[in-house]
Amino acid sequence: MSQTVFEPWNDPDAKPLIQFKGVTKRFGDFTAIDDQTFDIYEREFFALLGPSGCGKTTMMRMLAGFEAPTEGTIWLDGQDIAPIPPNKRAVNMMFQSYALFPHLSVWDNIAFGLKRDGLPRDAIGDRVAEMLKLTRLEKFAKRKPHQISGGQRQRVALARSLAKAPKLLLLDEPLGALDAKLRQDTQFELMDIQETTGTTFVIVTHDQEEAMTVASRVAVMDDGRIMQADTPANIYEMPNSVYVADFIGDVTILEGTATRSGNGYDITFAEGQPSLHAESEIALTDGSRAALAIRPEKVSISAERPEDKRNALQGKILDIAYLGNLSTYHVELPSGQIVKAQAANTRRLSRRSFTWEDEVWISWTDTAAVLLEA
Amino acid sequence: MRRFTWFNATSLTLGFAFLYLPMVILIVYSFNASELVTVWAGFSTRWYGELLQNEAFLDAAWVTIQVAVISSTIATVLGTMAAYVLVRAGRFAGRTLFSGMIYAPLVMPEVITGLSLLLLFIGIGLDRGVLTIILAHTTFSMCYVSVVVSSRLVSFDRSLEEAALDLGCTSMEAFRLVTLPIIAPAVISGWLLAFTLSLDDLVIASFTAGPSATTLPIKIWSSIRLGVSPEINALSTLLIAIVAVGVITASLVTKRAALRQEAEERAAERA
Repeated sequence: MSQTVFEPWNDPDAKPLIQFKGVTKRFGDFTAIDDQTFDIYEREFFALLGPSGCGKTTMMRMLAGFEAPTEGTIWLDGQDIAPIPPNKRAVNMMFQSYALFPHLSVWDNIAFGLKRDGLPRDAIGDRVAEMLKLTRLEKFAKRKPHQISGGQRQRVALARSLAKAPKLLLLDEPLGALDAKLRQDTQFELMDIQETTGTTFVIVTHDQEEAMTVASRVAVMDDGRIMQADTPANIYEMPNSVYVADFIGDVTILEGTATRSGNGYDITFAEGQPSLHAESEIALTDGSRAALAIRPEKVSISAERPEDKRNALQGKILDIAYLGNLSTYHVELPSGQIVKAQAANTRRLSRRSFTWEDEVWISWTDTAAVLLEA
Repeated sequence: MRRFTWFNATSLTLGFAFLYLPMVILIVYSFNASELVTVWAGFSTRWYGELLQNEAFLDAAWVTIQVAVISSTIATVLGTMAAYVLVRAGRFAGRTLFSGMIYAPLVMPEVITGLSLLLLFIGIGLDRGVLTIILAHTTFSMCYVSVVVSSRLVSFDRSLEEAALDLGCTSMEAFRLVTLPIIAPAVISGWLLAFTLSLDDLVIASFTAGPSATTLPIKIWSSIRLGVSPEINALSTLLIAIVAVGVITASLVTKRAALRQEAEERAAERA
């Protein structure tokens, strides 16, 4: 049996659940969202990632109905949602502060939305029980929000927003208030729940690791615009701009002039340094400025000049960041640039091969670096 | 560090004496057997007995309570609505004027408030009585309620209301089911404040009370002008006792609730 890959964004026949069409949002003179058009598909786990003030929260609040677009339209399931008030939208939101009602028990918090829909009592009871089971909160049904821990509160907020079985669930920094260990466990729990319920999730976060872990697609935002929306792997390995390459993960950017050579370009980045080669499909005119983005884990570090790699530079170790599983070496080139190289610490007891001030060679393959327009 | 020093002891004594000596004298002399207020002639509860026979005082007390309950209730409803609009509605035309006008009575001399209300009542031909006192008290205590309630609303997490809307509430339902229960303590404090203000108001009540209705403070004030009687002492002692019991109960209840909440939160974090 062949397993179909879940990537509706590559399927021209797929019907998107949400469509932003030329959406602009201004607050006075400030443009929070700048003419955005994009689609989100059913069952997707879509992450809006960016620094604070990039417009990701505004994007979410427009979906929930708390803000209206200044220009353009938002479509949900083939319907323009502009005239629909928040209480009539098949969209629910999990708030960053959780916004649990402090005067109601966990059970009543989860039942709140169902009661508003005027469901019969036993239907409400069944649904709440189901939600409590899904979020493993059965024991806490009678407690008030201040009588449970932060992690449990987070799960109550999730259960409450899922109870009405929305077409779309919005999560605003859902794990922001949890400590690092609990965060990781909860990320996987969120993914499980998303898969079990089949709900479309849109998550807003400033934590790239979180976005990469949970999302089917990540939209990297800056200044009211989506810079790139793609799978986590593509965002990391094939960034489309220096901004995205720099925002996601660790990277070294070397700027220089590009000259066509073979299946890619040769880049001259500093006087007295050999030119570097990168395979690339982008179209650049000879002599134009270009940026070479290299991830540290793709750069090897050695004492002797490696024979097999075209890109090899000599430098001096300036700094070493020991991270336990990895060490990141900051290697300074004679021309002043610093290139980061990473090596896994695979042996527990052996002496580390390199130390500060050592002269070393760093090298990478023709396909290791991404060539971008500067 | 030694807590007890002569300096501390002296300041404490002076402070308490300054605050409470007049009241202690009043309470002690309310149990005086003599008819002369300044001469001690042995312990007696005689004046309390006579007080209960005094129809004029009892009528005044009844009017005072009616006025206080009704005016503070109306003031709480109006004051809460005003506070909600001021904090939540954001900018609207006339907002500054509106908030200024709500808070103005706080600093307005009571004599002016009383006088202007009197002129208004005469102007519209409303006979002075219980109704006019209620209206006057509502007017001036409403701004205190709105100050108390709006300070609570400012710190109120707005996403709670958004969550209610998100889960299917209309704005009215969100207010009734979420906002109101959460700000209830502030609304109740506002009511109690309005109630107390109405209870002990003399100035505004004197302007707006008529021959048909007199409140207790007016009654006490006018009988003092004929000379202090031990009966007044007894009445005042009763008022002090009622207020003291109210305040102590309220603070005990709040304190216990706070302690319980704290204990439960700690238990939740440990679990």
